[in-house]
Amino acid sequence: MSAYLRKNPSVLWFLAILALFVVAVTLMSPGTGSGMISTSFVKTLGKTLCLAMVALAMDLVWGYTGILSLGHMAFFAIGGYMIGMWLMYARTEEIVVKALSQSPIPPTPDEIFHGIGTQIFGVVGSSKMPLIWTFAGSLPAQLALVVIVPAVLAFVFGWLAFRSRVAGVYLSILTQAMTLALSLWLFQNDSGLRGNNGLSGLQNIPGLGGVSQDWLSIWFFWASAAALALAYILLAWVVSGKFGSVIRAIRDDEQRVRFLGYPVEGFKLFVFALTAVICGIAGALYYPQAGIINPAELAPIASIYLAVWVAIGGRGRLYGAVMGAVFVSLLSSWFTGGRAPDVPLGFGTIHWVDWWQVLLGLAFVLVTLFAPQGLGGLVDLVTGLRHPGRHGAPLGPDQGSLQEKEAQE
Amino acid sequence: MTKMNRRTLLLTGAAAVAAPLAAPRIARAADGDTIKLGILHSLSGTMAISETTLKDTMLMLIEQQNAKGGVLGKKLEAVVVDPASDWPLFAEKARELITVDKVAAIFGCWTSVSRKSVLPVVEELNGLLFYPVQYEGQESSKNVFYTGAAPNQQAIPAVDYFLGELGVEKFALLGTDYVYPRTTNKILEAYLQQKGIKKEDIFVNYTPFGQSDWSKIVSDVKALTADGKQVGVISTINGDANIGFYKELAASGITADDIPVVAFSVGEEELSGLGKGDLSNLVGQLAAWNYFESVDTPENKKFIEEWHAFTKDPKRVTNDPMEAHYIGFNMWVQAAEQAKSVDSDAIQAAMIGQEFPNLTGTTAKMLPNHHLTKPVLIGEIREDGQFDVVKKTDPVPGDAWSDFLPESKDLISDWADKKCGMYNTATNTCVQIKSNY
Amino acid sequence: MLRLFLAVLAALLLATGGLRAEPVGQILDTNRALIQKSSRLTIGPVIDALATSGDDRAEAVLQAWGDKHLGIRKSDGAFVLITRKGGDYVLTAPDGKAAGTAKRSDIDALRPNAGVRRLIDGALVQFQLNAPKRATRAAALDIIDRHPEAGQLKPLEASIPGEFDPGLRSRKERMLRLLTIRFGDDGAARIKAIESFGADTGLDLRGALNPLLDTKRVVTRAGETPPGNVARQLIPGKGIGDAAAYDLLVKAGDAPARLTPVARKQALEANIEGGKVGGVPVPDLSDPEARDRAYSALEQAGKVPQAATAAEVAAAVAAHAYWDVYAEPSKEVTDAARAALSKIALKVDGMEAFDLLLEALSLASIYFLAAIGLALTFGVMGVINMAHGEFIMMGAYTGYVVQQWIPNYTVSLLVALPLAFAVTFAAGVAMERLVVRHLYKRPLETLLATFGVSIALQQIAKNIFGTQARPLTSPAWLDGAWVLNDVVSISYIRIAIFVLGLVFLLLFLFVMNRTRLGLELRAVTQNPAMAASMGINPDRINMLAFGLGSGIAGIAGIALGLFAKVTSELGQDYIVQSFMTVVVGGVGNIFGTLAGAALIGTLQKGIEWLNPSNTLAAQTYMILFIILFIQVRPRGIIALKGRAAGD
Repeated sequence: MSAYLRKNPSVLWFLAILALFVVAVTLMSPGTGSGMISTSFVKTLGKTLCLAMVALAMDLVWGYTGILSLGHMAFFAIGGYMIGMWLMYARTEEIVVKALSQSPIPPTPDEIFHGIGTQIFGVVGSSKMPLIWTFAGSLPAQLALVVIVPAVLAFVFGWLAFRSRVAGVYLSILTQAMTLALSLWLFQNDSGLRGNNGLSGLQNIPGLGGVSQDWLSIWFFWASAAALALAYILLAWVVSGKFGSVIRAIRDDEQRVRFLGYPVEGFKLFVFALTAVICGIAGALYYPQAGIINPAELAPIASIYLAVWVAIGGRGRLYGAVMGAVFVSLLSSWFTGGRAPDVPLGFGTIHWVDWWQVLLGLAFVLVTLFAPQGLGGLVDLVTGLRHPGRHGAPLGPDQGSLQEKEAQE
Repeated sequence: MTKMNRRTLLLTGAAAVAAPLAAPRIARAADGDTIKLGILHSLSGTMAISETTLKDTMLMLIEQQNAKGGVLGKKLEAVVVDPASDWPLFAEKARELITVDKVAAIFGCWTSVSRKSVLPVVEELNGLLFYPVQYEGQESSKNVFYTGAAPNQQAIPAVDYFLGELGVEKFALLGTDYVYPRTTNKILEAYLQQKGIKKEDIFVNYTPFGQSDWSKIVSDVKALTADGKQVGVISTINGDANIGFYKELAASGITADDIPVVAFSVGEEELSGLGKGDLSNLVGQLAAWNYFESVDTPENKKFIEEWHAFTKDPKRVTNDPMEAHYIGFNMWVQAAEQAKSVDSDAIQAAMIGQEFPNLTGTTAKMLPNHHLTKPVLIGEIREDGQFDVVKKTDPVPGDAWSDFLPESKDLISDWADKKCGMYNTATNTCVQIKSNY
Repeated sequence: MLRLFLAVLAALLLATGGLRAEPVGQILDTNRALIQKSSRLTIGPVIDALATSGDDRAEAVLQAWGDKHLGIRKSDGAFVLITRKGGDYVLTAPDGKAAGTAKRSDIDALRPNAGVRRLIDGALVQFQLNAPKRATRAAALDIIDRHPEAGQLKPLEASIPGEFDPGLRSRKERMLRLLTIRFGDDGAARIKAIESFGADTGLDLRGALNPLLDTKRVVTRAGETPPGNVARQLIPGKGIGDAAAYDLLVKAGDAPARLTPVARKQALEANIEGGKVGGVPVPDLSDPEARDRAYSALEQAGKVPQAATAAEVAAAVAAHAYWDVYAEPSKEVTDAARAALSKIALKVDGMEAFDLLLEALSLASIYFLAAIGLALTFGVMGVINMAHGEFIMMGAYTGYVVQQWIPNYTVSLLVALPLAFAVTFAAGVAMERLVVRHLYKRPLETLLATFGVSIALQQIAKNIFGTQARPLTSPAWLDGAWVLNDVVSISYIRIAIFVLGLVFLLLFLFVMNRTRLGLELRAVTQNPAMAASMGINPDRINMLAFGLGSGIAGIAGIALGLFAKVTSELGQDYIVQSFMTVVVGGVGNIFGTLAGAALIGTLQKGIEWLNPSNTLAAQTYMILFIILFIQVRPRGIIALKGRAAGD
């Protein structure tokens, strides 16, 4: 235990800050505290924690293993869809059973099933329950699917890709194609997940109709914080041991590791699937807070933004990913929310709603060019960490992915 | 005032991250001598082009009402937020508007997805939403007033026009792949079959948003004419994709006389994306709406003049959803004056039965199912990008649940007597009071 | 026939003096209400009355009405023919006399809808077939072509001897044969007309033949034959499903309807007695079998109507025969039509395949054009440029801006092409110097940095031009399509894109293989250090090559904008496909890119053909295919071998 903490000094810091944050939000939330911040802001914070969790996964797969996946938001959305199916089904079942119980004759199971189908798919002009909704009635089954579907998809995709040695930018483009294909598939009505409308009303938890959103929001906030803490502890453990050394070695020189006799593909596959599962769980926590999921959520651009967060936060250090996700996503919602003050210039006014994207894009270029360590670099400044003097030789193929341990040498 | 101070004090102690985001909201919530109206239209992102116009419309209407002395002796105040074409953000912003800003009503949304996203929030918090866009129906919420057209107020009359006036015997239903075209086409398919059109004479195709490669589809449509029947296209193609479609249509030499096309999502704005040369190839193609800018009535003339004056842009076009907001807003004012309150329940009760003259020379009436009566106008595209109205019906009552789909033909919505949005007249039971989104 | 009768009747009613010519003005006045709110369903008699009035102004008035040049003066309600002159109208009375001028707001211009205009056009045909102007006669033929009617047969036949224009004459003759097929009353003449066409693929011919083969479904008792021209007998379970057959019987009134679950439930609800229905306790009725039992009990008690059981349904289906009967009574004609159509069908299938191939080729050339710049920057230099799509967009917007300044489309296109190249070349060079150059050793970060540039550029375009699509109009000589026949056609703009792709391919090959730049570029990409020591400045070469790739993207942008639309998301729509094209084809080889584009284009069209109602599915499956294809051939279709392959 103490060895684990010694190897990962950031874990304690991280948990302490997270705990402090949770306590502060709890005290200010409308459900449990003074109501100083609104329910919707509690939800925003809860969602941000989920995004931080995805960023952690992205950091493991990209910052530590060197696989720039542009498809991890797909796993995130799949997690959301899986839990969303249960939420919609169970909620609709309540309504249908209640409505049918008004008639003098008790309903047959078939009538209930058909009624649910009509309700859920009425908006997309259908009434048949597609096959993929087979388990939607069972919470344990759908919860299992939150983990299983991303894992299986990541495994199959990863197995195919790694086996044929697709790497580097090719792999990035291929993962992007994967998420594009998935989102196009979901956009179709025929795929049975309500097409472009997606699944909605997810914030209403079946069986908890009497609980107000003030409370639900803080519960989900706690759950998200707990999940993030667990993910952090787990990933810190993963990257600190021998396993961590191997995946960093794969990042730096895959061929060499292969010649040393390590099953590189196996390691990559494990990391790919593990991070997919983490993303799935994060998605399952995120979408009940967002309330709606639709295929636009897994457009390729979303996954690229994920990479942006991690890059701005600093790759190859777990807290960097969290910092990047929290910082950029909150800043982004502040700027696009129309609350940032306009900047009047002599010849015109800068409306941040319009110019925020430009700023983000350029900031991203600058970070990539001049500060590959990202925001994490600030922590180095504070703690007095210095980069290893390598006399001009590059720090592995990916200069940005400076690793804590390495830097302490 | 003391409350305010305490708040400000507390605020200084708040967590550093939370403060900048929460502060302006809290400050705004405190004053109470105005009536607030929320405007929930995307000002950025893909929907901004359509929705910004509606935001401006609302600002104009509110300004005009304030010039007339406001409502119930209080001035109206617009609270504008930007959901940025991001569907989950619509729900979040709606919650903020109702709980933090305490708005009396929200005017907003454009796409069906955004409405479905807001729906659970307004129902949970008993808010009010005025939804101004033509939509697919199959919904009726206690908290939503649908001031746009239901399918029977746009699609069905357009099909009747095809069947009756143009003698179309074979239909191609082309749409962008999302909910509105899917549901509308489903209803139309059922309706056409009832009208004696055979199933094999209905060709359906869905394309993705922003589709640009139309050659295959246009030649498929052309091939439909092979059995000697008059072919007509019913287009629910959305937004930019229309441009490629019409260009391909023109390139293959198909005119309105060969194969008429009626569009439900093409208005004055969309046509401005086409050049003069392309427009001249489209002359005579059709669109169905409840309003056209070219309608010649005194009310419309006044509205357009005010709009040009308000936006300081004499070229800015007006469109159908703007008229919907015009009617919805004025009905809300009437209902508030009548109920002597802007309380959500009082307005909901007072809204039903309200009447207000629309811009096309007839009167709109709010029905117990929260839909309006609307006249249906069919227009032919002119070379200048405006429309010639070739047919205008009497006001048609909006139907929340389509009578032509087997699963919804027994359903009605009646918030006046039955207090139920989904009432099954066959079994005489209320299926649900709250919507299932 | 009915139409003609109505016309005569109307003419009689309206024309008080019998054969004397009735002034058109009077006809208009009498039918004012019908004309003002005109509908195709009611306006027929009025138009026929005008056409048969005998007044020599009839043609002019009908023509004006159809052209939306007939109006009503608001002051006195008089019908006037209007011509626009500046902001006013010049008026002419229906009888041809000048009626002064009027402000536009004083005239209520009539706007007959397309259905009414079609009737007007139809009525005008008889005047126009012998008109002195060739264009008018051709227009009349167009009208017949679109909406053939029985009444046109005679005037058309009569007009042929007087037709001296060879082109029009042969069209008239063809049309006469088509009209004969449809409306002729002599069977032999119709068969002759059908056979005279052979395997013609014209849509008009198929349009004339197919209605002859329209059938109606008829039910008779088993063993009987229905009257009329029988097409075929349908055997239940083979040509027609049992359920469909029974539905036919129900429709014909020969069998009782089947009990629907809803009806059964309602019947059960109506018969609840003391917590039981037909002896079955109500709580048990959640079981479908219990409901059956309860209903049977009620049937036996006579409380509910008898419903058809499965056995009864089967017996009823077996006791009848099902037929398709032609609407056309003459067997000889239907046989001839069927024979002709089956001959045509074979040819049409072949043509359709050819058309599909053309479309695939066209799509491939679009993908190729979008990807060719990438083939240079990504394929040859190995630099991944996510902003490539935005360069395409910049080119398209350049075209749009130029069109704002130069109204002549041809000239503006000629200006825009080099300008777009220059603009995007400059942008490419700037990006290479400022961003890409520093990241040559870090390909993944190039991806991210150029992506940053991409979102910034896209947003800037939105801020400048708005999110709405902007028009980029092609010159008139690119309008329209090359038409081989009614099946095979392809628009000129697509041909232009194809040619442009070809030109770029040759240009690319020329630059790479025949110029110093190409030689140096190949040297630099293979071994920069060695190239540098041979006196080549790798920085300069990389910069130029990157600029060239970007410039090509700019020109591609104009082509793509002409073909579809110009929006800030134009580039984004193509970027993933472009990378796919290069990756599938194999990097480092322009022919690979060509093969990749061909594969993707053909594949997508092929899937669209298999599933014509869902274009989205085609794109999904195409991407899935590519993912799988990369597994099989990770280096693409044309893989570099040996040293050139790098690692």
